[in-house]
Amino acid sequence: MSEITLRVNGKTHTVDVEPSTPLLYILRNDLGLRGPRFGCGLGQCGTCTVLMDGRAVRSCMRPVERVNSEVTTLEGLSMEGELHPVQQAWIDEQVPQCGYCQNGQILTAKALLDENPDPTDAEVRTGMNGVLCRCMTYYRIQAAVKRAAEVMATGEAGSSERGVDR
Amino acid sequence: MKWTPHASTSLDDALAPWEGATSRRDFLKSSGLFVLGFGATGGAGFIASANGQRPNGDTAPYPEPDFHDLDSWLVVHEDETAVFYVGKTDGGQGTGTAIRQMMCDELDIGFDQTTLVMGRTDLTVDQGGSGGSDAIERDGTVARRVAAEARRALFELASDRLGVPVDGLNAREGVIFSNANSSKRVSYGQLVGGQRFDVILTGANVNAITGIAPIKSVQDLRLVGQSIPRYDIPAKVDGSLEWAVDVNLPGMVHARNVRPPIVGATLVAIDESSVRDLPGFIQVVNRGNYVAVVCEREEQAIEAAQKLEVEWASPEFAPFPSSENLFDYLRNTTPELGGSARDNGDPEAAFADAATIVTAAYDVPFQGHTAIGPAHGIADPSDGQLTIYTNDMKPYSLRTGVAEFLGIPAEQVRVIWMDGPQLYGRTAADDAGFEAAFLAHELGRPVRVQWMRHEETAWDTKGPAFAFNLRGGLDAKGNVVAWDYRARVANYAHVGYNEPDTVLIAQLMGIRPERPSPGGARPPDEMYAIPNRRHETQVVRFPQAFETPLRTGNLRDPNGPQTTFAGESFIDEMAAAAKADPVEFRLRLLRGSQEDDAAFRRTRSIAVVEAAADAYGWTPRSAASNVGTNRILTGRGFAYAYRISTTIAHVVEVEVDRETGRVWVKRMVCAHDCGLVINPDGLESTIQGNLLHGISRTLFEEIQFDEEKVTSVDWRTHPTITHMDAPDQIDIVIVNGDPNPDRPDLPPYGAGEPSHRLVAAAIANGIYDATGVRLRRIPFRPEQVLDALDT
Repeated sequence: MSEITLRVNGKTHTVDVEPSTPLLYILRNDLGLRGPRFGCGLGQCGTCTVLMDGRAVRSCMRPVERVNSEVTTLEGLSMEGELHPVQQAWIDEQVPQCGYCQNGQILTAKALLDENPDPTDAEVRTGMNGVLCRCMTYYRIQAAVKRAAEVMATGEAGSSERGVDR
Repeated sequence: MKWTPHASTSLDDALAPWEGATSRRDFLKSSGLFVLGFGATGGAGFIASANGQRPNGDTAPYPEPDFHDLDSWLVVHEDETAVFYVGKTDGGQGTGTAIRQMMCDELDIGFDQTTLVMGRTDLTVDQGGSGGSDAIERDGTVARRVAAEARRALFELASDRLGVPVDGLNAREGVIFSNANSSKRVSYGQLVGGQRFDVILTGANVNAITGIAPIKSVQDLRLVGQSIPRYDIPAKVDGSLEWAVDVNLPGMVHARNVRPPIVGATLVAIDESSVRDLPGFIQVVNRGNYVAVVCEREEQAIEAAQKLEVEWASPEFAPFPSSENLFDYLRNTTPELGGSARDNGDPEAAFADAATIVTAAYDVPFQGHTAIGPAHGIADPSDGQLTIYTNDMKPYSLRTGVAEFLGIPAEQVRVIWMDGPQLYGRTAADDAGFEAAFLAHELGRPVRVQWMRHEETAWDTKGPAFAFNLRGGLDAKGNVVAWDYRARVANYAHVGYNEPDTVLIAQLMGIRPERPSPGGARPPDEMYAIPNRRHETQVVRFPQAFETPLRTGNLRDPNGPQTTFAGESFIDEMAAAAKADPVEFRLRLLRGSQEDDAAFRRTRSIAVVEAAADAYGWTPRSAASNVGTNRILTGRGFAYAYRISTTIAHVVEVEVDRETGRVWVKRMVCAHDCGLVINPDGLESTIQGNLLHGISRTLFEEIQFDEEKVTSVDWRTHPTITHMDAPDQIDIVIVNGDPNPDRPDLPPYGAGEPSHRLVAAAIANGIYDATGVRLRRIPFRPEQVLDALDT
């Protein structure tokens, strides 16, 4: 075990763990965060996604000793109680069913839109493709990504009716 | 390390975020009342617990709330809020929101004035949890009757208070007022806030529960029919929701299972020294062939389970055939059990006279739940009681099953349902709940167990594999005169919910039911008028009936997707043989009889078939009569079915890439009639999920195995639908109720599973239309499509 210092959602934490411990278990069990969840432990599903350096990273595969930048989890996405436009789009489109995977969907969408603010339908599909959903809410997720892109571009609430203007 | 049971205030704290600010417990704490809404014993126990004074010994702390007591269902607070309590769970289909809408309408209270507690065995009456898409149809109706009775009781109190006869009163948003003089008013909180209703309901069982008051007519419902946003979504989006998987109790330790590497293997020896020196190691727990490792931290338990050296003796026989040989095995093995249903006429005589005979064989493999979050359970044995935190959709049978399994009184066990990954039937959440309970009971401290991905995919219960042989006869005019349906199903030892002798941990310990429970399977549900029919479904067993990862259990619309794939593919083949348009062919079969039933299924079947065709813009032609030569071939497929009283029809538009074999469902139209719709957007979301799950099961999903073990162990070896595969357009046409305006509105019927069952046939029919090639073996993965196109 060794002491490791982490910066997560704007706060600094020190934990005493094996350096090879995957980040996921530290976020969940030491820091009490609920956004990232265990899905496969293999980097295949995206349920454990966090943001590092603006990129969506699978925390189940990332040893804590290889975390060299600040970590943002779903909890850290909203600013002072204000939801991020991606989160608001998720509510407006009523995206989640069970919601277990939506952490990965939302954070991947956030990273996608930061890199490509106006993605085509094909780019949304490609950009989101590695994040699996077993409630199969893909149709609404893609609508929400488009809505969030619109809101982030105009600063106004999107007008597209769900499932029609995609 | 010795562990000291934590103070029960910690338990209280652990529960607090889940219960919300207006929880019954907060209310009880602040008001000093402890009897409202549940039995005095339970209340006393719970309050004592909150104060750290839970009585020990033989006092039963977690009795079942009495469903005859109105106060078990509904509490009105002094602050004009109300809390509803239902024994259901919500897997994300919005049943909680819908039930709240229904109860608010009957009670005449604002949606935002209410909250709903679901699936807590110590606080909500036993409505069995969820299953069968009947939460709205059956339990929602019970909830309406209960809320209507509470309104009646409130009106009687208001009548006394205001000196106005009951029939001179009305109510809105939790306030009762005089019709003649609206300044004469009194609120629900003023009438019963903080007090019991003390109304006894009648009814022989929880589904028959009723008071004196009738429920409102559909025309008087205000919230029902509105797309009220789901209350559970914001906390799922901002990360604040506490899920079952998040429960983290003081002193809690982590367990992981070690499964036999070969199905049917027997444990010989465990070398504990292989893990003893690992950091955080606490204990190896073993009974029979059940093995688990317990460690201080989660990642430690994962590592220890991987490193634990266990010697297993191979079984003397192969537990099952390989998945490659599965369908030959099903067809060539003498069935154990057989059954026949819905026969009429003289099929053999009709076949002898038929102008054309069509035959086809269809195969559907084992498929799994393969939840996105592997099964988990947390059990806390504080103070000699047992609390289980779970996402199991059947918390009530988990409670009684665990109590029987551990040999402790059910009153000492409570199950707290919390959100979790999808609930589409008998998942491994049952198994993980038992494992957590067993381990916590053994260790005497809180234990959290979660399955690994490979366990979830390989060992979760399966939807059974089917092999079908169909034969149909057409007369010279192309009418269907004979129908012969034979199904073989690998469903010999069907696992029920939370049975203490069929959960995996019990079977690995050598516990067995007296006899296996074969799963039944109805023939396809349709209203076709076919004069001569024969149906037969036979069950085939594998050498290994128990302790197997191919144990079968309910998986979303159990058996429906399989049988409907066969039936609705075959009707399409008959239409093609008759050179008829597939929609016109079905309509002719539906209109061939006037015979209907109480739910007007024939009339409503015709209505959804017509609605789907209209919404798509269907132009009649016989299928595959216009196959192109481009690389991408486009076709459209039709399918129809009913499920219980809900009727559905789909049109799918598919693209088939002749070079890669990829099938893409580009557009789906679903015409859906489930009677009264409570929340249109919630219904649409539920249908969309069922449609895409149907695509996934049709194009990708198959549990594969060799003669030793399941080889589908992750998302590479067991692919699922992805973002790339989602349709471009989904049109859902809600055909709301009886299309005959002379008949009154229909009640709500089940939704969700009905729309799932006919996706595979619709896709297969679309692929045939596009390519002229019939795919009869699910899934239609690219390599299988290419093979079929080559031949």
